[in-house]
Amino acid sequence: MSLTLEQVKRIAHLARIEISDAEALTTQGHLNGIFQLIEEMQAVDTRGVEPMAHAQDVSQRLREDAVTEGDRRAAYQAVAPDTEAGLYLVPKVIE
Amino acid sequence: MINKSLKQLSQALAAKQISSVELSTLFLDRIERLNPTLNAFVTVDRKKSLKMALAADARIAAGTAGPLTGIPIAQKDIFCAEGWTTTCGSKMLANFVSPYDATVIHKMHAEAGLVSLGKTNMDEFAMGSSNETSFFGPVRNPWDTSRVPGGSSGGSAAAVAARLAPAATGTDTGGSIRQPAALCNLTGLKPTYGVVSRYGMIAFASSLDQGGPMAASAEDCALLLNTMVGFDERDSTSLDRPVEDYTRDLEKPLNGLRIGLPKEFFGEGCDAEVMTAVRAAIAEYEKLGATTVEVSLPNSHLSVPAYYVIAPAEASSNLSRFDGARYGYRAPEYDNLEQMYEKTRAQGFGAEVKRRIMIGAYVLSHGYYDAYYLQAQRIRRLIANDFVEAFKSCDVIMGPTSPSTAFKLGEKAADPVQMYLSDIYTIAVNLAGLPGMSIPCGFAGGLPVGLQLIGNYFAEGQLLNVAHRYQQATDWHQRRAAIE
Repeated sequence: MSLTLEQVKRIAHLARIEISDAEALTTQGHLNGIFQLIEEMQAVDTRGVEPMAHAQDVSQRLREDAVTEGDRRAAYQAVAPDTEAGLYLVPKVIE
Repeated sequence: MINKSLKQLSQALAAKQISSVELSTLFLDRIERLNPTLNAFVTVDRKKSLKMALAADARIAAGTAGPLTGIPIAQKDIFCAEGWTTTCGSKMLANFVSPYDATVIHKMHAEAGLVSLGKTNMDEFAMGSSNETSFFGPVRNPWDTSRVPGGSSGGSAAAVAARLAPAATGTDTGGSIRQPAALCNLTGLKPTYGVVSRYGMIAFASSLDQGGPMAASAEDCALLLNTMVGFDERDSTSLDRPVEDYTRDLEKPLNGLRIGLPKEFFGEGCDAEVMTAVRAAIAEYEKLGATTVEVSLPNSHLSVPAYYVIAPAEASSNLSRFDGARYGYRAPEYDNLEQMYEKTRAQGFGAEVKRRIMIGAYVLSHGYYDAYYLQAQRIRRLIANDFVEAFKSCDVIMGPTSPSTAFKLGEKAADPVQMYLSDIYTIAVNLAGLPGMSIPCGFAGGLPVGLQLIGNYFAEGQLLNVAHRYQQATDWHQRRAAIE
């Protein structure tokens, strides 16, 4: 498998990472090298093998649907790039 | 004083031979002097550290001290610590002052009374095997400053190896505790997945990440591990199991211990001098009463390929939170929300992190999920099953930690695949979720060699015992880098 330059740009867009044409070219080389390494997997017959998502075979714990954390909004928003009146500010989304 | 074990430091503090403030000052002064050469710490805050030391001295005076109260420690900068800048080695978090403590940090500070000396440098978001991907520049290996300390916990390894700290925390997703421990002549332990809480430990690959201790000996690691473990309801994969004392079995004799030697770890691909040191260590174990048996991990050659699907997939999901909206870096100029995301992430992440996010985005995307992600998860099962089979005929598995000693700065930086192969012996352990250690076992060309010990699930106590008995019979772990 070999990624085209267009695919590399498409992946960068999926990952929301701006990429220049020059960067896309370097990235293409690196990613194709990595995928060459990964391709070794494809020859393995894994029919009937249960996918393993986690090291321990345990199911996700559930807890009571109750508030357990105190209000620390001010502390958490102190590290935000831009806030106003307790809200996170981002560029206008809806016209 | 700087070369003493944690037990000796604890005794010195208890006997009032030295105060925690004096001890911490000793290490802080050493950091000030040597860190410009090594770049092991990215954040040091003398005032904060000494405040903790003062509180520890008060606990010691009041008779409420624990075994490690007042002992200084270096924290990998992946652990959020309230009021401390927590960067994860990234520009993205260069100005992030954490508003909360990771569970490990809380346990070490509030419960155990350890004194944090600062935050250690690391590969960006723990993605790397040489500490060269850090936004804050590479760390240098105290044994040879033209060489890498390993990664991603490279700053922690260099700090302990140069005795800028008596011990440190690390995290290990594919070898990030064991490989730098090997390259810097330290003892490092990656616990069984789920034993140490991941809460507040900045996530790279959630199904593989595990925190653990890095120190000068197995005994030091056991004492540290005692402070780090425990069920945590804030970590959804934390395991609820009885708390152990990991120093309990340290002295147990090794008579009858069955050591499994995977034939795949003793073939081609490993430096000959490294292999000589590893074989000599195994011979030493035989003298201590152990027997060896050949085992096989037939799918181990697939661990690197499977890992470079699973880890990037999880990383691409985890790192989607860095969007410039709620915390961390935001690009200075953009015209709309999408541009804000794309520019923030393009400017805030380094090249290796971007590569892994993109691999992850691709293998999870429509049409490729089955061929890559599911296939990798199936291979993960095969790899885990290999260990189950191997442990039927042995108690502990041994082999090299790293195929080479510390390499030169820049040597592998241009070729991601060569860098990935540095972790060829360590990655399978993370995929299976098993505990693993690296202990010093000799030198090749003047550089440290690590012996990897792999245990069955929850066999940390046994691994520490196996490591400790070896360290009583040998002195490799006591050799110190000549850096002053």
